[in-house]
Amino acid sequence: MNEIEEKAVQEKKTLGFWIYLMTDCILFASLFATFAVLRTATAGGPSGADLFDLDFVLAETMILLASSFTTGLAILGVARGFKKQTIFWLGVTFALGATFLALEITEFNHLVAEGNGWDRSAFLSAFFTLVATHGLHITVGLLWLAIMIIRLVRYNFKKTDLNRLALFGLFWHFLDVVWIFVFSIVYLIGGM
Amino acid sequence: MFDGLKELIFGKLELSDFIHEPIMAGAGIGMLGALFLAMGALTYFKKWKWLWKNWITTLDPKKIGVMYILVSVIMLLRGLADALLLRAQQATNTSELLNSDHFQQIFSAHGSIMIFFVAMGIIFGVFNLIIPSQIGARDVAFPFLNSVSFWLFAAGMILINAPLIVGEFSTAGWLAYPPLSELQYSPGVGVDYWIWSLQIAGIGSLLSGINFFVTILKLRAPGMTLMKMPIFVWSALGSTSLIMFAFPILTATLGMLALDRMLGMHFFTSDMGGNPMLYINLIWAWGHPEVYILVLPAFGIFSEIVATFSGKRLFGYKSMVIALIAITILSFTVWLHHFFTMGAGADVNTFFGIMTMIIAIPTGVKVFNWIFTMYRGRVRFTTPMLWFMGFIVTFTIGGLTGVLMSVPAADFQFHNSLFLVAHFHTMIVGGVLFGAFAGFAYWFPKFTGFTLNERLGKLAFWNWIIGFLVAFIPLYILGFMGATRRLDHYDPSLGWQGLFIVAGVGVAIICVGVGFQVLQIAYSIWKRKENRVGEDPWNGRTLEWATATPPKEYNFAVIPTVTERDEFWERKKKGHQVTPIYTDIWLPKNSGLGAIIGLFALIFGIGVIWHIIWMIILGVLGVIILLIIRLTSDDTEYKVSAEEIAEQELSRSVL
Amino acid sequence: MKIPIVVEHRNADARYISYVVGFVLSILTTLAAYFVVVNHLWPMEMRVYIILGIAVLQLIVQSVFFLHIGRGSHWKLVTYLFAILVVLIVVVGTLWIMHNLDYNMMHMSPDQMQQYMLENEGI
Repeated sequence: MNEIEEKAVQEKKTLGFWIYLMTDCILFASLFATFAVLRTATAGGPSGADLFDLDFVLAETMILLASSFTTGLAILGVARGFKKQTIFWLGVTFALGATFLALEITEFNHLVAEGNGWDRSAFLSAFFTLVATHGLHITVGLLWLAIMIIRLVRYNFKKTDLNRLALFGLFWHFLDVVWIFVFSIVYLIGGM
Repeated sequence: MFDGLKELIFGKLELSDFIHEPIMAGAGIGMLGALFLAMGALTYFKKWKWLWKNWITTLDPKKIGVMYILVSVIMLLRGLADALLLRAQQATNTSELLNSDHFQQIFSAHGSIMIFFVAMGIIFGVFNLIIPSQIGARDVAFPFLNSVSFWLFAAGMILINAPLIVGEFSTAGWLAYPPLSELQYSPGVGVDYWIWSLQIAGIGSLLSGINFFVTILKLRAPGMTLMKMPIFVWSALGSTSLIMFAFPILTATLGMLALDRMLGMHFFTSDMGGNPMLYINLIWAWGHPEVYILVLPAFGIFSEIVATFSGKRLFGYKSMVIALIAITILSFTVWLHHFFTMGAGADVNTFFGIMTMIIAIPTGVKVFNWIFTMYRGRVRFTTPMLWFMGFIVTFTIGGLTGVLMSVPAADFQFHNSLFLVAHFHTMIVGGVLFGAFAGFAYWFPKFTGFTLNERLGKLAFWNWIIGFLVAFIPLYILGFMGATRRLDHYDPSLGWQGLFIVAGVGVAIICVGVGFQVLQIAYSIWKRKENRVGEDPWNGRTLEWATATPPKEYNFAVIPTVTERDEFWERKKKGHQVTPIYTDIWLPKNSGLGAIIGLFALIFGIGVIWHIIWMIILGVLGVIILLIIRLTSDDTEYKVSAEEIAEQELSRSVL
Repeated sequence: MKIPIVVEHRNADARYISYVVGFVLSILTTLAAYFVVVNHLWPMEMRVYIILGIAVLQLIVQSVFFLHIGRGSHWKLVTYLFAILVVLIVVVGTLWIMHNLDYNMMHMSPDQMQQYMLENEGI
């Protein structure tokens, strides 16, 4: 394949992946709508105000935001032609993402241990499902990132891997965009 | 200890789950019998390798399209069998034919199968077969994804038929409203079968929607601007847009129902804060776009057929495009009309009622444009045109009853009555199914080299249209008089029995029509040498007729450069002669990974339905690992050299 | 050290600045929203809209500076806008409908019912 054809292939893959992200928006929108409707359905149990530790969530948010930034730095490393810079920032992104996930799992554990699991009320079902769906996407992202890092090291930045890296960037940024609304709607508004 | 081990290996599954009452057992055994027969034939004729090489591992959309159509046809027969039983039950009005539980499973299966595995299958089948060549391309944007989509569809199809053999099916209708579909009121595996069959097939649909959308946007032949595309491709653009933005709602909603049932959550339960109406709201936010997903391609097929058999270009191409775009956007704004009667206030009902009335307008524009296309044309009343005429009659009736019901106050009489049932059958059968039959007759010769017997086709058509009207006009009357849907018997003193019997007769006539269709195919294959046609049997207008018959894997040896709408027609008029310059072509290599991913999805489905943990884990891991393998491999294409292409082009039949 | 690939035509330094600006603005908007809630600024109902407004602001920031909306294929922007449209329809539609259903569902006590009718229907 020549360069023009390669560019066309890359464009269609980017568009396809972008559209998948747009469909994911709709999936999250359904879960957000559900949460919004069920946010007061606490069945006599605790509400968001009773449960959410906003400082904790602020820390999570900053960590995820930072990881979105470091992703950008990694992709810049590619554009500038510096392999080590790219690998470094991808590694940092992974560490930040893993930390975010660990914090979230800790929060979930805490809630479940106190008897405020997903089966306690409709509100909690909606909370766990929405936040965990985001968390699941993060997990997939981390898996993708790990494989990406290994391949970049092993195969020395093949063009196809660089294309995939750009798509990973879109994915990871997208997850941070969704988190803006999780933070705002679930924790800030839902915790009022 | 053995009990614990048994549960670990088999989950909820017991031997008693294999026992069914006679009709279901018969159906299950029949299905298995057919399957074993097929497997036996493959073994006897030593065709397993051929099957694997040419069909299971193919990434050629033309072959994938054929597989979709095959599954749809088989599912149509199953759905029709269900319909026969339902009509027979209501016509005889006894308790000896079907007990209530069985009746409910049948209408639930009937609806689910017809929508998800017949109609959706036909749509994707036609997309696969026709879109690439109509836009002058060789393949879809993501050939491997295409294969995965099909095999997920197949996995869903297996899951929805499995209840005939093991377990039971849902009794909650094709949309499984809670609280009935919740664990408390449906403790068996029926609803789980329904959920996971649709969830798995639904993901396949979503991926296919993205695939064809990108295909249309990115793989059009040079010079083919959007406004030069065949109108069928526009209809596919609208349909895929709807698929992409509506199916995630279904995924989320089915997911939440599954979470309620499996993890004790309370989204839609009747206690602990759950809100069943939320399910109904969300499921119809998907459900309404779904019906437009089904019907827009049918409109597209008819547009192509009417233009071709009128020997004229489509009237009002621009307004057709605007109408399609309008319908696409508007279909996201009407969903509440499916539950006018369920508690909303006048303001909400009014808004959605008005939007529903508005959406009828662009559809009306399209009907008039088709009629104007025929006007002053040299109309040939071939079988496809007959199906079109049948569509105009039935779809107009159905559409008018739709506008009737769009008045919320009136809908209080018709909601959940047989009037509603008649309405949507008129739309889907008259629109989607007739469109499928028309398209099948129209495009059949392109892929096989011979036409279907016209006489038998016309006999099939007349039986279908008469049978359909005889079956469903009584239902309109009954619904108008107050007959509720989904009941297995009605009080004889109401005096409605006669109408039910008439409806039963109608279905019998439809069966005769189906018989003629089966006969038509068999007879046409038998007499194919006498019905041989060339590459352009109907004097077509669009690029798919410029390919070989049957089309080569690469569709076009040289990608055409497009200068006008109806490019193929214009080329024929100008006597377009090209001395082709062949270059090497890269085509996707076959891959069995799609089928194996489908298999692991099936394993996952069985695992979640029967609570078999190891199958859940195996299924998930299998899919993930296979995806990683595929997504990290770079050697996925093979080259067809220019010389090979020259050879293949020489072998094209000339008639 | 250097990777032998085609460097993107848009200046790498400009992109760096873009990421930094996006990052800083996102931090500021996040902190602003946090601040509003923790300090109970504005009455409750207003607060909800303020938070939502700040969230939309951060959405725009991240869309422009991280996701590069407006750059690349114009289909990216078209599908993005259509997705936003559908999201709005689904979320606003659901909230409107479900709230409306609640009116008839008697989730409220008779007193609450009375109050609601007085406020919203002028009865």
